Amino acid sequence: MKRFIIIGATSSIAEHCARLWIEEAAIDLTLVARNAARAESIAADLKLRNPDSIVRVRTGNFADPESIQSLVDQVLEQGRADCVLIAHGSLPDQTVCQKNLAVNARELYINGISPVLFAEAFANSMVRTGGGNIGIIGSVAGDRGRKSNYVYGAAKGLITRYAQGLQHRLDGTGVRVTLIKPGPTRTPMTEHLANSQPKLADVGTVAGTIVEGMEKGHGTVYSPGKWRVIMMIIRHLPHFIFSRMDI
Amino acid sequence: MKLSSWGRLSFEDYPTTSLSREVNNPQSLKLTDGETAIVYGMGRSYGDVCLNPGGNVFLSRGLDRLCSFDAISGELVCEAGVLLKDIQALFVPRGWMLPVSPGTQYVTIGGAVANDIHGKNHHSHGCFTNHVNWIRLGRTEAEDIICSRNTEAEWFNATCGGLGLTGVIKEVSLRLRQVSSSWLDTETLVYSSLAEFFQLSKDSEDSWEYTVSWVDCSSRKLNRGIFIRANHSHTEARSNSKKRRVRMPIVPPISLVNRMTLAAFNEFYFGVQKLKSGLGKSHYQTFFYPLDGVLDWNLMYGPRGFYQYQLVVPYVSGLSAIETILTEIAASGQGSFLSVLKTFGDMPSSGLLSFPMEGLTLALDFPNRGESTLHLFQRLDAIVAEAGGRLYPAKDSSMSPSLFSEGYPLLRDFLPYRDPGLSSGLSKRLMGW
Repeated sequence: MKRFIIIGATSSIAEHCARLWIEEAAIDLTLVARNAARAESIAADLKLRNPDSIVRVRTGNFADPESIQSLVDQVLEQGRADCVLIAHGSLPDQTVCQKNLAVNARELYINGISPVLFAEAFANSMVRTGGGNIGIIGSVAGDRGRKSNYVYGAAKGLITRYAQGLQHRLDGTGVRVTLIKPGPTRTPMTEHLANSQPKLADVGTVAGTIVEGMEKGHGTVYSPGKWRVIMMIIRHLPHFIFSRMDI
Repeated sequence: MKLSSWGRLSFEDYPTTSLSREVNNPQSLKLTDGETAIVYGMGRSYGDVCLNPGGNVFLSRGLDRLCSFDAISGELVCEAGVLLKDIQALFVPRGWMLPVSPGTQYVTIGGAVANDIHGKNHHSHGCFTNHVNWIRLGRTEAEDIICSRNTEAEWFNATCGGLGLTGVIKEVSLRLRQVSSSWLDTETLVYSSLAEFFQLSKDSEDSWEYTVSWVDCSSRKLNRGIFIRANHSHTEARSNSKKRRVRMPIVPPISLVNRMTLAAFNEFYFGVQKLKSGLGKSHYQTFFYPLDGVLDWNLMYGPRGFYQYQLVVPYVSGLSAIETILTEIAASGQGSFLSVLKTFGDMPSSGLLSFPMEGLTLALDFPNRGESTLHLFQRLDAIVAEAGGRLYPAKDSSMSPSLFSEGYPLLRDFLPYRDPGLSSGLSKRLMGW
């Protein structure tokens, strides 16, 4: 049975990826989350979707390097990892971050540093055990800093560079790293945007693209795929045009 | 968010709140004073039962978790936004199936309860809520109510078929049924009069679990049709259908169903079905969900959308009423490609406002031609009222308050259970708010 591990398993995108994996085949799945009750409710649902699977829940602190290392060690004590999805994050209020540096630092940590530390900890072990897939959820927001959410964007940009470096380092080791960049997706995290931003993508569709991209071992997955084109344009817009845009 | 229902008669921008377990605390159902909302699932009801012009909308698709399953009794507890399709896909391979299925599986469990939907096995299995154990109902101004036939039974009866107006259906416990195969043994027969249809129905009800018929409503001469009956197969294995689905790619500038095409459509369909007459086998997905064969099929009625009209009339006056209605429709030159005629059995529905009652039911699509379509409905309404029948609110966008209150005599008992924070286009039209 293949072993899947999801960090930030209460993320809606992660939950839908888990459904696709578990409905495809019986797997050994470990959900790692900060909130036990929420993770247990997801575990119960997943277990019903495929009773032959093993679904475990583990909780811990995501905002501290030692806790992250020990969480990963505990998870790996139960067996090697075939597929790891690192999915946690939070969408901060940009204006609050500009005024409150403590909030700003916390958001940078949870959206940027924490995911890459998880990736690093898993990568080291997976190189030793001979391979597997690591997916890290970044964001299209990490492709270019924008005034409306550059704290989130900077943290996600950190993930982009870190994933690039990991890909470079792990090339040829059998460990494949996929950087996932979802566009705005309809999830509880974006609920407050739903009325101002009506074109949020369906979470099931986004999850489908991610699962397929990781399966194929793609280096970068935009989901939905159109964001690859949109972000290429946004990245290349000259400053004098970009600076006039209210985005 | 821009929303419409399946009939595409209106498009409006609604302030929405997505329901999910994470934001499922009472505050998320709070509305500002005087505001009301309605729950919107898949938007597969045809009229305005899932819309709330001028008000808010709660989106229920985020409530999509399975909670528990008892592999001995078949009891499944799940959240209200789970689709029938998900339940069938997960449980049929394990030998369990929804006991009652409508013509599409792209509907939510909450919608199935709120409209107390029925299927081709009404004469043997009743309505959807006949198989529901309990419901967790969220109220906009109070604590959740867990209601069943034994506890808070009044709430249960009001909520089954309660059009989403008694509260937000959050969680449902239902009984799945055991099946040994995902295939059905079918028999297709041709009939050439309503009397013949009626006889076939009566003869089939005891030994066939499913019966349904298609009637040609474009022909003035005779009420010919195709009668299909089926039972679960015991010889075929369980398997998921790999059938490919096509999608209606665009909204055509005019309805593809019109005076010129209707007769040809029906002639063609009748011919094809006639060739298939006799014994056969059908996968449950093809048999239960013919409408899902073409995704977005509702677009074929063009930019003005379409109405669906479904009525039930008691047996006493039934056949002659149906005959008058079919004659009226054929004379109008309007009417539909797929007209479904079926008998309902005598199993009492759970809900105060459940649509099915013992008798004959007829469902038809009508392209929206504005006033002329509504005039036709007025004539049909009069025939239905005269026959002591009623219309299906899940499909309605035009009936009058008097036809509603006459058709649903338990309406008065229902009203005290309405949630003051919930209203729909339909409730405003038929109940005043």
